Amino acid sequence: MVLLSLAWKSLRNRLLTTSLTVLSIGLSMALLLGVENVRVGARESFANTISQTDLIVGARGGSLQLLLYSVFRIGQATNNVSYESYLHWKNHPAVSWTIPYSLGDSHRGFRVVGTTEDFYQHLRFRRDRKIEFASGRSPKDVFDLVLGSDVAQSLGYKLGDKVVISHGIAAGRGIADNDHKDKPFTVTGILAKTSTPVDRSLYIQLEGITAVHIDWADGAPPMPGEETPAAKITKENMKVEQITSFLLRCKTRMATLQLQREINTYPEEPMQAIIPGVTLQELWRTIGYAEDALQVVTIFVILVGLLGMLVSLYTSLNERRREMAILRAIGAGPGKIIALLVLESGLLSLAGCALGVVMIYGLSIIFQPIVEQQFGLYVPVQPPTVTGWIYLGSVLIAGLLIGFVPAWKAYRNTLADGLSVRV
Amino acid sequence: MTDPAIALRDVHFSYRTGPEILDIPDLTIARGERVFLFGPSGSGKTTLLGVLAGILTGFTGSVEVLGRDMAKLSGSQRDAFRGTHLGYIFQLFNLIPYLTVEENITLPGRLHSARAKSLAEAHAVAKRLGIEHLLSRAVTQLSVGQQQRVAAARALLGAPELLIADEPTSSLDFDHRERFLDLLFENCALSNSTLLFVSHDRSLAGKFDRQLSLLDFNRAHRTEAAV
Repeated sequence: MVLLSLAWKSLRNRLLTTSLTVLSIGLSMALLLGVENVRVGARESFANTISQTDLIVGARGGSLQLLLYSVFRIGQATNNVSYESYLHWKNHPAVSWTIPYSLGDSHRGFRVVGTTEDFYQHLRFRRDRKIEFASGRSPKDVFDLVLGSDVAQSLGYKLGDKVVISHGIAAGRGIADNDHKDKPFTVTGILAKTSTPVDRSLYIQLEGITAVHIDWADGAPPMPGEETPAAKITKENMKVEQITSFLLRCKTRMATLQLQREINTYPEEPMQAIIPGVTLQELWRTIGYAEDALQVVTIFVILVGLLGMLVSLYTSLNERRREMAILRAIGAGPGKIIALLVLESGLLSLAGCALGVVMIYGLSIIFQPIVEQQFGLYVPVQPPTVTGWIYLGSVLIAGLLIGFVPAWKAYRNTLADGLSVRV
Repeated sequence: MTDPAIALRDVHFSYRTGPEILDIPDLTIARGERVFLFGPSGSGKTTLLGVLAGILTGFTGSVEVLGRDMAKLSGSQRDAFRGTHLGYIFQLFNLIPYLTVEENITLPGRLHSARAKSLAEAHAVAKRLGIEHLLSRAVTQLSVGQQQRVAAARALLGAPELLIADEPTSSLDFDHRERFLDLLFENCALSNSTLLFVSHDRSLAGKFDRQLSLLDFNRAHRTEAAV
């Protein structure tokens, strides 16, 4: 206790270097915890890109591929699902709701998704959040179109603007020949930000997809002059033949596995159903190496912070030789001299860790909305995770261990100095 | 009280590399004695004090302080011995800069419980040395004379059997020097402490029971440089 109070008072005496050291450890600690929070946030956001969906169903193929194009709008389907089969599963007694997707068209690099009102009603992300409109309403007519918030922002479209969609999903401006320019869409709504891939698509009705392809044959556009004029097209006379995939929610979770098996063995059409959580985890494992790299960098940052403490303690030793001689003279053994310095570095690391935790809390609270808005990353404000606690503990222990370096030096000094005055 | 306070026989000491600093065939100081020890720089004063205080080891011969054979004590025993039975006053900078006057005075007692005295006792010592009004001050606010008196108070707290003062007055002016010495004598008498007072200022020597010249009893001195 004597030593603890000595260590404390000695640190307080060197207030400037003490606060700078604590600040540098605190900053690196905050960075470490921050990266950990971002990591957890990224994983959570990723896993919560889609929620309350029990199965994703599409034509038979790779399960990862199905997940990628249905949830992340990456890649494309090799086969479609017939609308009949879709209706079969939609009306299945175990099914609560479905959301059909018809993919394959794009607008200036953003995917166009044909879907139904179900999408606006049932889609959930981040546990229980639903799609909301920043302005306007969901599409009602064949040529109505809704923008995801990123699309609206980057292309600067407003309600009432005309949008021409292109066949295929070439990035950037599609091939001009493939534009469905005879059938422009009208923006009727803009979605609120969700921080999920939903933001990066345009949404029309399933019938809209049918409409733009009505005169196409074998993947080729109609000859000029042969197009069915847009005016003749109504929602009622557009017949949906096929979709790309659909999301499905069971009435009970128990039914999920049973239904998955049923779909996978459906005799009418080769189909597959995947459980999104499982496949998302598989995917995360493959892209998770990025987070390891981030972690390594932050570990180096914390090392630099601790090294700063070492330097400040070590350089203070020369001016403290006097103090050590006094302590020796009044009966403090070398062990106590060592303990004093180790305690000092321990207190510094403890204060640094505490500051780090406080800072990361503060920063998270301040920057959470901004980060979510700008990067689509929801970083949770929460007490340190298990990994966070491990970091804190390791830094404390490392701080104590590092304290032995100046302590050893001080010990050597006291042996050399004895009681003599060397200032 | 039959043991002498200090008894050295055939003591030799040198630092790991370097010439012999101490070669003392015989030195005895009785309990309660007030001894003035003088000698020029480099005559081995500081080294001798280090040996007596149990800081320096590696000597040959017999060093007995207050009846303890210093060669036989372990490092921590020597530290405890020093903390409990010895008072030590340096020439300058006696105080821990980040503690108050009172904390400085009571520090030895907080390090070694055998030395621990009540706060009242600390106040009493401080009062005898005329620094009672300074107790809650930061030591950095004190004059040199006040600092030395605080150092004396710390050394005297708990009535140590041996008080070693290493040129404690060399930074004081004449008036302060006299007053400081009087206070030191007064308090040593009160606590019955042996006083070993080291100085090169022979003008003070007359006040002591005995004057010792290091050059007389240390045969290893003469030409060596300061260590």
